[in-house]
Amino acid sequence: MRKPLISGGIVFLIVLLFFAIMPSVYSNEDLFFQAMVYLALAQGVNILYGFTGYLPFGYVGFFGTGAYAASLCITLLHFPPVLGIIAGGLASVVLSILLSPLLRLSGAYFAIGSLAASQMVYYIVSNPSLQNITNGPYGINLESVYQPHTSYVTMIVILALVMGVVIYIRNSRFGLSLQAIREDPVSAGMAGVHVVRQRAIAWFLSALIAGLVGGAFAWHISVFYPTTVFDLNISIFAIVFTLFGGVTTVLGPVLGMFVLYGFYNLIGISEPQYFQLIYGILILLLVLFLPSGIVSIVKRRGHYVP
Amino acid sequence: MLVYTVISGILFGLFCSLMGIGLNLIFGVMRFVNLAHGDFLMLGAFGAYFAYTLYGISPAISVVINMIVMIVIGALIYYAFVPRLLRSRDPEMLSLIFFFGISQVIEALSVIFFTNNPRSIDWSALGTANYQLFGQSFQESWVVSALISVIAIVLVYFYLYHTKLGYATRAVMGSLDEAASSGINVHRVSAWAMGIGLALAAAAGALSPFFLGSITPNMGSDITTTSFSIIIIGSLGNPLGTVIGGLIYGLSSMFMQSYIPSWANLVPYLLLFLILLFKPSGLLGKVVRHA
Repeated sequence: MRKPLISGGIVFLIVLLFFAIMPSVYSNEDLFFQAMVYLALAQGVNILYGFTGYLPFGYVGFFGTGAYAASLCITLLHFPPVLGIIAGGLASVVLSILLSPLLRLSGAYFAIGSLAASQMVYYIVSNPSLQNITNGPYGINLESVYQPHTSYVTMIVILALVMGVVIYIRNSRFGLSLQAIREDPVSAGMAGVHVVRQRAIAWFLSALIAGLVGGAFAWHISVFYPTTVFDLNISIFAIVFTLFGGVTTVLGPVLGMFVLYGFYNLIGISEPQYFQLIYGILILLLVLFLPSGIVSIVKRRGHYVP
Repeated sequence: MLVYTVISGILFGLFCSLMGIGLNLIFGVMRFVNLAHGDFLMLGAFGAYFAYTLYGISPAISVVINMIVMIVIGALIYYAFVPRLLRSRDPEMLSLIFFFGISQVIEALSVIFFTNNPRSIDWSALGTANYQLFGQSFQESWVVSALISVIAIVLVYFYLYHTKLGYATRAVMGSLDEAASSGINVHRVSAWAMGIGLALAAAAGALSPFFLGSITPNMGSDITTTSFSIIIIGSLGNPLGTVIGGLIYGLSSMFMQSYIPSWANLVPYLLLFLILLFKPSGLLGKVVRHA
Protein backbone atom coordinates (compact mmCIF):
# COMPACT_ATOMS: atom_id res chain seq x y z
CA MET A 1 0.00 0.00 0.00
CA ARG A 2 2.88 2.37 0.79
CA LYS A 3 4.92 2.07 -2.42
CA PRO A 4 2.02 2.87 -4.80
CA LEU A 5 1.26 5.98 -2.75
CA ILE A 6 4.86 7.16 -3.03
CA SER A 7 5.03 6.65 -6.79
CA GLY A 8 1.68 8.41 -7.12
CA GLY A 9 3.06 11.25 -5.06
CA ILE A 10 6.08 11.53 -7.33
CA VAL A 11 3.85 11.90 -10.39
CA PHE A 12 1.82 14.49 -8.49
CA LEU A 13 4.89 16.56 -7.59
CA ILE A 14 6.49 16.37 -11.03
CA VAL A 15 3.30 17.50 -12.76
CA LEU A 16 2.66 20.40 -10.40
CA LEU A 17 6.27 21.56 -10.38
CA PHE A 18 6.28 21.42 -14.17
CA PHE A 19 3.28 23.73 -14.41
CA ALA A 20 4.57 26.00 -11.63
CA ILE A 21 8.01 26.46 -13.20
CA MET A 22 7.38 26.31 -16.94
CA PRO A 23 5.76 29.75 -17.42
CA SER A 24 9.02 31.37 -16.26
CA VAL A 25 11.03 29.21 -18.70
CA TYR A 26 8.82 29.59 -21.73
CA SER A 27 6.58 32.61 -21.55
CA ASN A 28 3.47 31.21 -23.21
CA GLU A 29 1.33 30.99 -20.09
CA ASP A 30 -1.88 30.34 -22.01
CA LEU A 31 -0.40 27.19 -23.51
CA PHE A 32 0.33 25.73 -20.08
CA PHE A 33 -3.02 26.87 -18.78
CA GLN A 34 -4.81 24.99 -21.56
CA ALA A 35 -2.63 21.96 -20.92
CA MET A 36 -3.70 22.01 -17.27
CA VAL A 37 -7.35 22.34 -18.30
CA TYR A 38 -7.09 19.29 -20.53
CA LEU A 39 -5.15 17.33 -17.94
CA ALA A 40 -7.75 18.01 -15.26
CA LEU A 41 -10.58 17.13 -17.65
CA ALA A 42 -8.77 13.96 -18.71
CA GLN A 43 -8.48 12.98 -15.06
CA GLY A 44 -12.21 13.68 -14.64
CA VAL A 45 -12.93 11.35 -17.55
CA ASN A 46 -10.53 8.88 -15.98
CA ILE A 47 -12.54 8.85 -12.74
CA LEU A 48 -15.76 8.24 -14.59
CA TYR A 49 -14.68 6.01 -17.47
CA GLY A 50 -11.53 4.45 -16.05
CA PHE A 51 -13.03 3.50 -12.73
CA THR A 52 -16.73 3.05 -13.45
CA GLY A 53 -16.83 2.27 -17.17
CA TYR A 54 -19.23 5.06 -18.14
CA LEU A 55 -17.91 6.91 -21.19
CA PRO A 56 -19.17 10.51 -20.93
CA PHE A 57 -19.27 11.91 -24.45
CA GLY A 58 -21.09 14.93 -23.13
CA TYR A 59 -18.51 15.68 -20.46
CA VAL A 60 -18.08 19.14 -21.95
CA GLY A 61 -21.62 19.92 -20.73
CA PHE A 62 -20.29 20.12 -17.17
CA PHE A 63 -17.30 22.17 -18.29
CA GLY A 64 -19.54 24.68 -20.05
CA THR A 65 -22.00 24.77 -17.17
CA GLY A 66 -19.14 25.54 -14.79
CA ALA A 67 -17.82 28.26 -17.07
CA TYR A 68 -21.25 29.87 -17.45
CA ALA A 69 -22.30 29.54 -13.82
CA ALA A 70 -19.01 31.06 -12.66
CA SER A 71 -19.23 33.91 -15.17
CA LEU A 72 -22.85 34.70 -14.33
CA CYS A 73 -22.09 34.73 -10.61
CA ILE A 74 -19.22 37.12 -11.28
CA THR A 75 -21.04 39.46 -13.69
CA LEU A 76 -24.60 39.42 -12.33
CA LEU A 77 -24.10 38.70 -8.62
CA HIS A 78 -20.64 40.33 -8.32
CA PHE A 79 -19.01 37.33 -6.64
CA PRO A 80 -15.23 37.46 -6.29
CA PRO A 81 -13.78 35.19 -9.01
CA VAL A 82 -12.62 32.36 -6.74
CA LEU A 83 -16.06 32.15 -5.15
CA GLY A 84 -17.51 32.24 -8.67
CA ILE A 85 -15.40 29.22 -9.64
CA ILE A 86 -16.65 27.31 -6.61
CA ALA A 87 -20.20 28.25 -7.60
CA GLY A 88 -19.42 26.93 -11.09
CA GLY A 89 -18.34 23.62 -9.62
CA LEU A 90 -21.49 23.43 -7.51
CA ALA A 91 -23.70 24.29 -10.49
CA SER A 92 -22.11 21.39 -12.33
CA VAL A 93 -22.85 19.07 -9.44
CA VAL A 94 -26.47 20.24 -9.45
CA LEU A 95 -26.65 19.48 -13.17
CA SER A 96 -25.14 16.05 -12.56
CA ILE A 97 -27.79 15.38 -9.90
CA LEU A 98 -30.49 16.36 -12.38
CA LEU A 99 -28.89 14.08 -14.98
CA SER A 100 -28.22 11.19 -12.62
CA PRO A 101 -31.03 9.08 -14.16
CA LEU A 102 -28.62 8.73 -17.09
CA LEU A 103 -26.65 6.28 -14.95
CA ARG A 104 -29.45 3.77 -15.47
CA LEU A 105 -28.25 3.48 -19.05
CA SER A 106 -25.13 1.59 -19.94
CA GLY A 107 -22.49 1.40 -22.63
CA ALA A 108 -23.17 3.25 -25.83
CA TYR A 109 -26.61 4.36 -24.61
CA PHE A 110 -25.00 6.30 -21.78
CA ALA A 111 -22.36 7.80 -24.06
CA ILE A 112 -24.97 9.08 -26.49
CA GLY A 113 -27.41 10.10 -23.75
CA SER A 114 -24.80 12.27 -22.07
CA LEU A 115 -23.95 13.79 -25.44
CA ALA A 116 -27.61 14.70 -25.95
CA ALA A 117 -27.75 16.20 -22.45
CA SER A 118 -24.73 18.41 -23.08
CA GLN A 119 -26.13 19.60 -26.39
CA MET A 120 -29.39 20.46 -24.63
CA VAL A 121 -27.56 22.56 -22.05
CA TYR A 122 -25.70 24.25 -24.89
CA TYR A 123 -28.86 25.10 -26.82
CA ILE A 124 -30.53 26.42 -23.68
CA VAL A 125 -27.57 28.59 -22.66
CA SER A 126 -26.97 29.95 -26.15
CA ASN A 127 -30.64 30.57 -26.89
CA PRO A 128 -31.38 34.12 -27.99
CA SER A 129 -34.54 34.08 -25.83
CA LEU A 130 -32.34 34.04 -22.72
CA GLN A 131 -30.20 36.94 -23.82
CA ASN A 132 -31.02 38.95 -20.68
CA ILE A 133 -29.38 36.36 -18.48
CA THR A 134 -26.76 34.41 -20.44
CA ASN A 135 -26.31 36.94 -23.25
CA GLY A 136 -27.37 34.11 -25.63
CA PRO A 137 -25.01 33.40 -28.47
CA TYR A 138 -23.03 36.60 -27.91
CA GLY A 139 -20.89 35.21 -25.14
CA ILE A 140 -19.48 36.44 -21.88
CA ASN A 141 -17.08 39.23 -21.09
CA LEU A 142 -15.17 39.07 -17.78
CA GLU A 143 -12.54 41.65 -18.59
CA SER A 144 -13.30 43.63 -15.41
CA VAL A 145 -11.85 40.83 -13.26
CA TYR A 146 -9.14 39.68 -15.71
CA GLN A 147 -6.04 38.56 -13.74
CA PRO A 148 -4.13 35.97 -15.76
CA HIS A 149 -1.55 35.21 -13.06
CA THR A 150 -4.03 34.72 -10.25
CA SER A 151 -6.21 32.52 -12.43
CA TYR A 152 -3.14 30.50 -13.45
CA VAL A 153 -2.32 29.88 -9.79
CA THR A 154 -5.96 29.00 -9.10
CA MET A 155 -5.81 26.45 -11.90
CA ILE A 156 -2.68 24.87 -10.38
CA VAL A 157 -4.56 24.53 -7.10
CA ILE A 158 -7.51 22.91 -8.87
CA LEU A 159 -5.19 20.56 -10.73
CA ALA A 160 -3.54 19.63 -7.43
CA LEU A 161 -6.94 18.80 -5.95
CA VAL A 162 -7.87 16.74 -9.00
CA MET A 163 -4.61 14.81 -9.02
CA GLY A 164 -4.96 14.25 -5.28
CA VAL A 165 -8.45 12.85 -5.71
CA VAL A 166 -7.34 10.52 -8.51
CA ILE A 167 -4.38 9.27 -6.44
CA TYR A 168 -6.75 8.67 -3.54
CA ILE A 169 -9.21 6.76 -5.74
CA ARG A 170 -6.42 4.75 -7.30
CA ASN A 171 -5.20 3.60 -3.89
CA SER A 172 -8.35 3.29 -1.81
CA ARG A 173 -11.18 0.92 -1.06
CA PHE A 174 -13.48 3.39 -2.80
CA GLY A 175 -11.53 3.01 -6.06
CA LEU A 176 -11.49 -0.75 -5.72
CA SER A 177 -15.24 -0.83 -5.18
CA LEU A 178 -15.72 1.30 -8.31
CA GLN A 179 -13.62 -1.10 -10.34
CA ALA A 180 -15.57 -4.03 -8.95
CA ILE A 181 -18.79 -2.33 -10.07
CA ARG A 182 -17.33 -1.70 -13.50
CA GLU A 183 -16.41 -5.35 -13.96
CA ASP A 184 -19.68 -6.77 -12.71
CA PRO A 185 -22.27 -4.69 -10.84
CA VAL A 186 -24.29 -7.68 -9.70
CA SER A 187 -21.37 -9.50 -8.09
CA ALA A 188 -20.12 -6.25 -6.59
CA GLY A 189 -23.53 -5.70 -5.02
CA MET A 190 -23.50 -9.26 -3.67
CA ALA A 191 -20.09 -8.60 -2.12
CA GLY A 192 -21.53 -5.72 -0.13
CA VAL A 193 -20.57 -2.78 -2.35
CA HIS A 194 -23.18 -0.04 -2.37
CA VAL A 195 -23.41 0.03 -6.19
CA VAL A 196 -25.74 2.98 -6.75
CA ARG A 197 -24.12 5.21 -4.13
CA GLN A 198 -20.51 4.62 -5.15
CA ARG A 199 -21.30 5.11 -8.81
CA ALA A 200 -23.18 8.32 -8.07
CA ILE A 201 -20.27 9.67 -6.00
CA ALA A 202 -17.88 9.09 -8.91
CA TRP A 203 -20.34 10.82 -11.24
CA PHE A 204 -20.75 13.88 -8.97
CA LEU A 205 -17.01 14.04 -8.42
CA SER A 206 -16.19 14.10 -12.12
CA ALA A 207 -18.91 16.72 -12.68
CA LEU A 208 -17.45 18.84 -9.87
CA ILE A 209 -14.01 18.65 -11.47
CA ALA A 210 -15.29 19.72 -14.87
CA GLY A 211 -17.29 22.55 -13.29
CA LEU A 212 -14.32 23.94 -11.35
CA VAL A 213 -12.07 23.68 -14.38
CA GLY A 214 -14.72 25.38 -16.51
CA GLY A 215 -14.96 28.24 -14.02
CA ALA A 216 -11.19 28.72 -13.95
CA PHE A 217 -11.07 28.54 -17.74
CA ALA A 218 -13.75 31.23 -18.03
CA TRP A 219 -11.85 33.50 -15.66
CA HIS A 220 -8.56 32.96 -17.45
CA ILE A 221 -9.68 33.60 -21.01
CA SER A 222 -12.32 36.11 -19.83
CA VAL A 223 -13.99 36.59 -23.24
CA PHE A 224 -15.74 33.58 -24.73
CA TYR A 225 -18.79 32.34 -26.61
CA PRO A 226 -21.09 29.40 -25.87
CA THR A 227 -19.46 27.52 -28.78
CA THR A 228 -16.06 27.88 -27.06
CA VAL A 229 -17.02 26.21 -23.81
CA PHE A 230 -19.52 23.70 -25.22
CA ASP A 231 -17.22 22.55 -28.00
CA LEU A 232 -17.67 18.79 -28.33
CA ASN A 233 -13.99 18.51 -29.18
CA ILE A 234 -13.20 19.29 -25.55
CA SER A 235 -14.87 16.07 -24.39
CA ILE A 236 -13.35 14.14 -27.21
CA PHE A 237 -9.85 15.46 -26.53
CA ALA A 238 -10.19 14.60 -22.85
CA ILE A 239 -11.44 11.10 -23.67
CA VAL A 240 -8.78 10.43 -26.27
CA PHE A 241 -5.97 11.73 -24.03
CA THR A 242 -7.15 9.45 -21.25
CA LEU A 243 -7.46 6.39 -23.45
CA PHE A 244 -4.20 7.09 -25.22
CA GLY A 245 -2.29 7.18 -21.94
CA GLY A 246 -4.19 4.39 -20.27
CA VAL A 247 -7.26 4.46 -18.04
CA THR A 248 -7.52 3.55 -14.35
CA THR A 249 -4.06 4.95 -13.63
CA VAL A 250 -2.82 8.31 -12.38
CA LEU A 251 -0.02 8.44 -14.90
CA GLY A 252 -2.00 7.48 -18.05
CA PRO A 253 -3.92 10.74 -18.61
CA VAL A 254 -0.76 12.72 -17.81
CA LEU A 255 1.21 10.88 -20.50
CA GLY A 256 -1.66 11.04 -22.97
CA MET A 257 -2.07 14.78 -22.48
CA PHE A 258 1.64 15.55 -22.79
CA VAL A 259 2.15 13.45 -25.91
CA LEU A 260 -1.01 14.33 -27.83
CA TYR A 261 -1.49 17.91 -26.68
CA GLY A 262 2.19 18.65 -27.20
CA PHE A 263 1.86 17.22 -30.66
CA TYR A 264 -1.26 19.30 -31.27
CA ASN A 265 0.60 22.47 -30.36
CA LEU A 266 3.51 21.57 -32.60
CA ILE A 267 1.56 21.18 -35.82
CA GLY A 268 -2.16 21.35 -35.01
CA ILE A 269 -2.47 25.11 -35.08
CA SER A 270 -0.63 25.84 -38.32
CA GLU A 271 -1.80 22.77 -40.28
CA PRO A 272 -5.09 21.67 -38.69
CA GLN A 273 -6.09 19.22 -41.42
CA TYR A 274 -2.76 17.37 -41.39
CA PHE A 275 -2.90 17.28 -37.61
CA GLN A 276 -6.41 15.86 -37.77
CA LEU A 277 -5.25 13.21 -40.22
CA ILE A 278 -2.30 12.12 -38.10
CA TYR A 279 -4.44 12.31 -34.97
CA GLY A 280 -7.04 10.04 -36.57
CA ILE A 281 -4.39 7.58 -37.71
CA LEU A 282 -2.83 7.60 -34.22
CA ILE A 283 -6.22 6.77 -32.72
CA LEU A 284 -6.70 3.89 -35.17
CA LEU A 285 -3.24 2.51 -34.39
CA LEU A 286 -3.90 2.88 -30.68
CA VAL A 287 -7.17 0.99 -30.88
CA LEU A 288 -5.69 -1.77 -32.97
CA PHE A 289 -2.34 -2.27 -31.29
CA LEU A 290 -2.42 -0.70 -27.82
CA PRO A 291 -6.05 -0.86 -26.71
CA SER A 292 -5.09 -0.27 -23.06
CA GLY A 293 -2.98 2.80 -23.71
CA ILE A 294 0.70 3.70 -23.49
CA VAL A 295 1.05 2.55 -19.89
CA SER A 296 0.16 -1.00 -20.95
CA ILE A 297 3.66 -1.29 -22.48
CA VAL A 298 5.08 -1.04 -18.97
CA LYS A 299 2.21 -2.91 -17.31
CA ARG A 300 2.63 -5.91 -19.59
CA ARG A 301 6.13 -6.46 -18.23
CA GLY A 302 4.69 -6.73 -14.75
CA HIS A 303 5.69 -3.30 -13.48
CA TYR A 304 3.37 -1.23 -11.33
CA VAL A 305 2.04 1.96 -12.88
CA PRO A 306 0.81 4.63 -10.42
CA MET B 1 -49.62 26.22 -42.99
CA LEU B 2 -50.60 23.15 -40.96
CA VAL B 3 -51.07 20.91 -44.01
CA TYR B 4 -47.86 22.19 -45.53
CA THR B 5 -45.96 21.51 -42.31
CA VAL B 6 -47.36 17.98 -42.04
CA ILE B 7 -46.55 17.02 -45.62
CA SER B 8 -43.10 18.56 -45.63
CA GLY B 9 -42.49 16.87 -42.28
CA ILE B 10 -43.37 13.52 -43.82
CA LEU B 11 -41.15 14.08 -46.86
CA PHE B 12 -38.28 15.21 -44.67
CA GLY B 13 -38.98 12.35 -42.28
CA LEU B 14 -38.67 9.77 -45.06
CA PHE B 15 -35.28 11.19 -45.94
CA CYS B 16 -34.34 11.11 -42.23
CA SER B 17 -35.28 7.43 -42.07
CA LEU B 18 -32.89 6.70 -44.90
CA MET B 19 -30.27 8.77 -43.10
CA GLY B 20 -30.56 6.69 -39.93
CA ILE B 21 -31.26 3.22 -41.26
CA GLY B 22 -27.67 2.38 -42.17
CA LEU B 23 -26.42 3.35 -38.73
CA ASN B 24 -29.10 1.20 -37.16
CA LEU B 25 -28.28 -1.82 -39.32
CA ILE B 26 -24.63 -1.66 -38.29
CA PHE B 27 -25.54 -1.21 -34.64
CA GLY B 28 -28.04 -4.05 -34.78
CA VAL B 29 -25.61 -6.54 -36.27
CA MET B 30 -22.31 -5.60 -34.66
CA ARG B 31 -23.33 -3.58 -31.56
CA PHE B 32 -20.92 -0.95 -32.84
CA VAL B 33 -21.71 2.72 -32.79
CA ASN B 34 -20.51 4.07 -36.10
CA LEU B 35 -19.40 7.55 -35.18
CA ALA B 36 -18.18 8.03 -38.74
CA HIS B 37 -21.71 7.56 -40.12
CA GLY B 38 -22.12 11.24 -40.94
CA ASP B 39 -18.73 11.31 -42.61
CA PHE B 40 -19.61 8.45 -44.94
CA LEU B 41 -22.79 10.35 -45.71
CA MET B 42 -20.67 13.41 -46.46
CA LEU B 43 -18.51 11.35 -48.83
CA GLY B 44 -21.68 10.27 -50.61
CA ALA B 45 -22.75 13.90 -50.89
CA PHE B 46 -19.41 14.88 -52.43
CA GLY B 47 -19.61 11.89 -54.77
CA ALA B 48 -22.98 13.10 -56.02
CA TYR B 49 -21.74 16.68 -56.23
CA PHE B 50 -18.75 15.81 -58.41
CA ALA B 51 -20.77 13.40 -60.53
CA TYR B 52 -23.30 16.17 -61.16
CA THR B 53 -20.95 19.10 -61.75
CA LEU B 54 -18.25 17.25 -63.72
CA TYR B 55 -20.22 14.68 -65.69
CA GLY B 56 -23.80 15.88 -65.38
CA ILE B 57 -24.92 12.65 -63.71
CA SER B 58 -28.22 13.07 -61.90
CA PRO B 59 -28.09 12.56 -58.12
CA ALA B 60 -30.70 9.82 -58.51
CA ILE B 61 -28.14 7.76 -60.44
CA SER B 62 -25.39 8.76 -57.99
CA VAL B 63 -27.43 7.07 -55.27
CA VAL B 64 -26.89 3.75 -57.03
CA ILE B 65 -23.21 4.38 -57.81
CA ASN B 66 -22.58 5.47 -54.22
CA MET B 67 -24.17 2.33 -52.87
CA ILE B 68 -22.10 -0.01 -54.99
CA VAL B 69 -18.83 1.75 -54.11
CA MET B 70 -19.67 1.87 -50.40
CA ILE B 71 -20.58 -1.83 -50.14
CA VAL B 72 -17.04 -2.60 -51.27
CA ILE B 73 -15.45 -0.01 -48.96
CA GLY B 74 -17.54 -1.21 -46.01
CA ALA B 75 -16.54 -4.84 -46.50
CA LEU B 76 -12.88 -3.82 -46.80
CA ILE B 77 -13.03 -1.79 -43.58
CA TYR B 78 -14.73 -4.69 -41.86
CA TYR B 79 -12.15 -7.30 -42.79
CA ALA B 80 -9.23 -4.94 -42.18
CA PHE B 81 -10.17 -3.86 -38.66
CA VAL B 82 -13.15 -5.44 -37.00
CA PRO B 83 -11.89 -8.98 -36.26
CA ARG B 84 -8.99 -7.42 -34.39
CA LEU B 85 -11.27 -5.00 -32.58
CA LEU B 86 -13.49 -7.84 -31.41
CA ARG B 87 -10.63 -9.51 -29.59
CA SER B 88 -10.07 -6.56 -27.22
CA ARG B 89 -11.39 -6.30 -23.66
CA ASP B 90 -14.20 -3.82 -24.25
CA PRO B 91 -14.99 -3.85 -27.99
CA GLU B 92 -18.08 -1.67 -27.75
CA MET B 93 -16.38 1.28 -26.11
CA LEU B 94 -13.26 0.82 -28.17
CA SER B 95 -15.33 0.81 -31.34
CA LEU B 96 -16.61 4.29 -30.42
CA ILE B 97 -13.04 5.57 -30.33
CA PHE B 98 -12.13 3.55 -33.40
CA PHE B 99 -14.89 5.03 -35.53
CA PHE B 100 -14.08 8.44 -34.13
CA GLY B 101 -10.56 7.92 -35.50
CA ILE B 102 -12.00 6.92 -38.87
CA SER B 103 -14.18 10.02 -38.91
CA GLN B 104 -11.15 12.20 -38.16
CA VAL B 105 -9.22 10.63 -41.03
CA ILE B 106 -12.13 11.04 -43.46
CA GLU B 107 -12.73 14.64 -42.42
CA ALA B 108 -9.05 15.54 -42.69
CA LEU B 109 -8.67 13.92 -46.10
CA SER B 110 -11.83 15.61 -47.36
CA VAL B 111 -10.61 19.01 -46.22
CA ILE B 112 -7.29 18.36 -47.96
CA PHE B 113 -8.86 17.17 -51.21
CA PHE B 114 -12.18 19.03 -51.36
CA THR B 115 -11.23 22.18 -49.36
CA ASN B 116 -13.53 23.81 -46.84
CA ASN B 117 -15.69 25.71 -49.32
CA PRO B 118 -19.38 24.86 -48.96
CA ARG B 119 -20.79 23.26 -52.14
CA SER B 120 -24.33 22.76 -53.21
CA ILE B 121 -26.15 20.96 -55.98
CA ASP B 122 -28.66 22.92 -58.01
CA TRP B 123 -32.27 22.51 -56.86
CA SER B 124 -33.22 21.61 -60.40
CA ALA B 125 -30.92 18.59 -60.54
CA LEU B 126 -33.83 16.30 -59.68
CA GLY B 127 -36.41 18.09 -61.82
CA THR B 128 -37.89 21.56 -61.84
CA ALA B 129 -41.60 20.88 -61.62
CA ASN B 130 -43.71 21.72 -58.59
CA TYR B 131 -45.94 18.98 -57.26
CA GLN B 132 -49.37 19.73 -55.89
CA LEU B 133 -50.10 17.62 -52.82
CA PHE B 134 -53.34 18.37 -50.94
CA GLY B 135 -53.41 21.85 -52.37
CA GLN B 136 -49.84 22.70 -51.35
CA SER B 137 -46.98 22.88 -53.79
CA PHE B 138 -43.64 21.16 -53.23
CA GLN B 139 -40.42 21.18 -55.19
CA GLU B 140 -39.87 18.13 -57.33
CA SER B 141 -36.47 17.51 -55.70
CA TRP B 142 -38.11 16.94 -52.31
CA VAL B 143 -40.76 14.61 -53.68
CA VAL B 144 -38.30 12.62 -55.78
CA SER B 145 -35.79 12.35 -52.91
CA ALA B 146 -38.51 11.13 -50.58
CA LEU B 147 -39.55 8.56 -53.19
CA ILE B 148 -35.97 7.35 -53.58
CA SER B 149 -35.77 7.05 -49.80
CA VAL B 150 -38.92 4.93 -49.75
CA ILE B 151 -37.53 2.66 -52.46
CA ALA B 152 -34.27 2.21 -50.55
CA ILE B 153 -36.13 1.41 -47.34
CA VAL B 154 -38.34 -1.13 -49.14
CA LEU B 155 -35.18 -2.75 -50.52
CA VAL B 156 -33.78 -2.98 -46.99
CA TYR B 157 -37.01 -4.67 -45.91
CA PHE B 158 -36.74 -7.08 -48.82
CA TYR B 159 -33.10 -7.82 -47.96
CA LEU B 160 -33.85 -8.48 -44.30
CA TYR B 161 -37.04 -10.50 -44.66
CA HIS B 162 -36.90 -12.18 -48.06
CA THR B 163 -33.31 -13.19 -48.73
CA LYS B 164 -31.17 -15.89 -47.22
CA LEU B 165 -28.52 -13.33 -46.29
CA GLY B 166 -31.21 -11.30 -44.55
CA TYR B 167 -32.35 -14.29 -42.47
CA ALA B 168 -28.75 -14.81 -41.42
CA THR B 169 -28.38 -11.10 -40.66
CA ARG B 170 -31.41 -11.13 -38.40
CA ALA B 171 -30.11 -14.27 -36.70
CA VAL B 172 -26.82 -12.49 -35.94
CA MET B 173 -28.79 -9.51 -34.62
CA GLY B 174 -30.65 -11.81 -32.25
CA SER B 175 -27.63 -13.56 -30.88
CA LEU B 176 -24.17 -13.67 -32.35
CA ASP B 177 -23.13 -16.82 -30.51
CA GLU B 178 -26.22 -18.81 -31.39
CA ALA B 179 -25.99 -17.73 -35.02
CA ALA B 180 -22.36 -18.79 -35.16
CA SER B 181 -23.06 -22.15 -33.56
CA SER B 182 -25.81 -22.92 -36.07
CA GLY B 183 -23.34 -22.61 -38.90
CA ILE B 184 -23.80 -19.03 -40.05
CA ASN B 185 -20.60 -17.36 -41.23
CA VAL B 186 -20.83 -14.39 -38.88
CA HIS B 187 -17.95 -12.48 -40.42
CA ARG B 188 -19.41 -12.70 -43.91
CA VAL B 189 -22.85 -11.59 -42.74
CA SER B 190 -21.41 -8.74 -40.68
CA ALA B 191 -19.20 -7.58 -43.53
CA TRP B 192 -22.28 -7.41 -45.76
CA ALA B 193 -24.18 -5.53 -43.07
CA MET B 194 -21.33 -3.06 -42.68
CA GLY B 195 -21.19 -2.56 -46.45
CA ILE B 196 -24.93 -2.12 -46.78
CA GLY B 197 -25.04 0.19 -43.77
CA LEU B 198 -22.41 2.49 -45.25
CA ALA B 199 -24.07 2.22 -48.66
CA LEU B 200 -27.34 3.49 -47.20
CA ALA B 201 -25.50 6.37 -45.57
CA ALA B 202 -23.91 7.29 -48.90
CA ALA B 203 -27.29 7.00 -50.63
CA ALA B 204 -28.73 9.48 -48.16
CA GLY B 205 -25.65 11.59 -48.80
CA ALA B 206 -26.45 11.90 -52.48
CA LEU B 207 -29.87 13.32 -51.54
CA SER B 208 -28.65 15.44 -48.64
CA PRO B 209 -27.95 18.62 -50.65
CA PHE B 210 -31.71 18.93 -51.18
CA PHE B 211 -32.62 18.62 -47.50
CA LEU B 212 -29.66 19.77 -45.47
CA GLY B 213 -28.37 22.63 -47.59
CA SER B 214 -24.77 23.03 -48.63
CA ILE B 215 -22.21 20.28 -48.14
CA THR B 216 -18.90 20.75 -46.34
CA PRO B 217 -16.29 18.27 -45.09
CA ASN B 218 -17.27 19.10 -41.50
CA MET B 219 -20.96 18.30 -41.78
CA GLY B 220 -20.48 14.74 -40.51
CA SER B 221 -20.63 14.99 -36.74
CA ASP B 222 -23.96 16.84 -36.60
CA ILE B 223 -25.47 14.30 -38.95
CA THR B 224 -24.19 11.46 -36.81
CA THR B 225 -25.88 12.90 -33.71
CA THR B 226 -29.11 13.56 -35.59
CA SER B 227 -29.08 10.04 -37.00
CA PHE B 228 -28.60 8.77 -33.49
CA SER B 229 -31.63 10.51 -32.17
CA ILE B 230 -33.59 9.14 -35.10
CA ILE B 231 -32.62 5.54 -34.55
CA ILE B 232 -33.01 5.72 -30.80
CA ILE B 233 -36.50 7.20 -31.15
CA GLY B 234 -37.34 4.34 -33.52
CA SER B 235 -35.49 1.66 -31.62
CA LEU B 236 -31.86 0.70 -31.61
CA GLY B 237 -31.05 -2.46 -33.48
CA ASN B 238 -34.35 -2.65 -35.35
CA PRO B 239 -33.73 -1.17 -38.81
CA LEU B 240 -37.37 -0.83 -39.74
CA GLY B 241 -38.14 1.00 -36.49
CA THR B 242 -35.99 3.74 -37.95
CA VAL B 243 -38.84 4.70 -40.26
CA ILE B 244 -41.02 5.60 -37.29
CA GLY B 245 -38.11 7.47 -35.72
CA GLY B 246 -37.42 9.34 -38.95
CA LEU B 247 -41.04 10.37 -39.39
CA ILE B 248 -41.37 11.55 -35.79
CA TYR B 249 -38.14 13.45 -36.09
CA GLY B 250 -39.04 14.99 -39.46
CA LEU B 251 -42.50 16.05 -38.33
CA SER B 252 -41.41 17.46 -35.00
CA SER B 253 -38.54 19.44 -36.45
CA MET B 254 -40.79 20.89 -39.18
CA PHE B 255 -43.38 21.85 -36.57
CA MET B 256 -40.79 23.50 -34.37
CA GLN B 257 -39.35 25.36 -37.35
CA SER B 258 -42.77 26.64 -38.37
CA TYR B 259 -44.04 27.61 -34.95
CA ILE B 260 -41.14 28.21 -32.53
CA PRO B 261 -38.01 28.52 -34.69
CA SER B 262 -35.57 29.70 -32.02
CA TRP B 263 -35.88 26.44 -30.07
CA ALA B 264 -35.91 24.13 -33.11
CA ASN B 265 -32.32 22.97 -32.60
CA LEU B 266 -33.25 21.54 -29.25
CA VAL B 267 -35.73 19.03 -30.69
CA PRO B 268 -33.48 16.11 -31.66
CA TYR B 269 -31.61 16.20 -28.39
CA LEU B 270 -34.68 16.64 -26.25
CA LEU B 271 -36.43 13.73 -27.96
CA LEU B 272 -33.31 11.60 -27.68
CA PHE B 273 -32.90 12.41 -24.03
CA LEU B 274 -36.52 11.78 -23.08
CA ILE B 275 -36.73 8.52 -24.98
CA LEU B 276 -33.45 7.26 -23.53
CA LEU B 277 -34.70 7.97 -20.04
CA PHE B 278 -38.23 6.72 -20.27
CA LYS B 279 -38.09 4.04 -22.93
CA PRO B 280 -34.46 3.13 -23.60
CA SER B 281 -35.53 0.39 -26.00
CA GLY B 282 -37.15 2.89 -28.36
CA LEU B 283 -40.78 3.18 -29.34
CA LEU B 284 -40.87 -0.21 -31.02
CA GLY B 285 -38.45 -2.04 -28.77
CA LYS B 286 -39.76 -4.91 -26.69
CA VAL B 287 -36.92 -5.60 -24.29
CA VAL B 288 -33.98 -3.47 -23.28
CA ARG B 289 -30.98 -4.79 -25.13
CA HIS B 290 -27.76 -4.04 -23.39
CA ALA B 291 -25.43 -2.18 -25.66
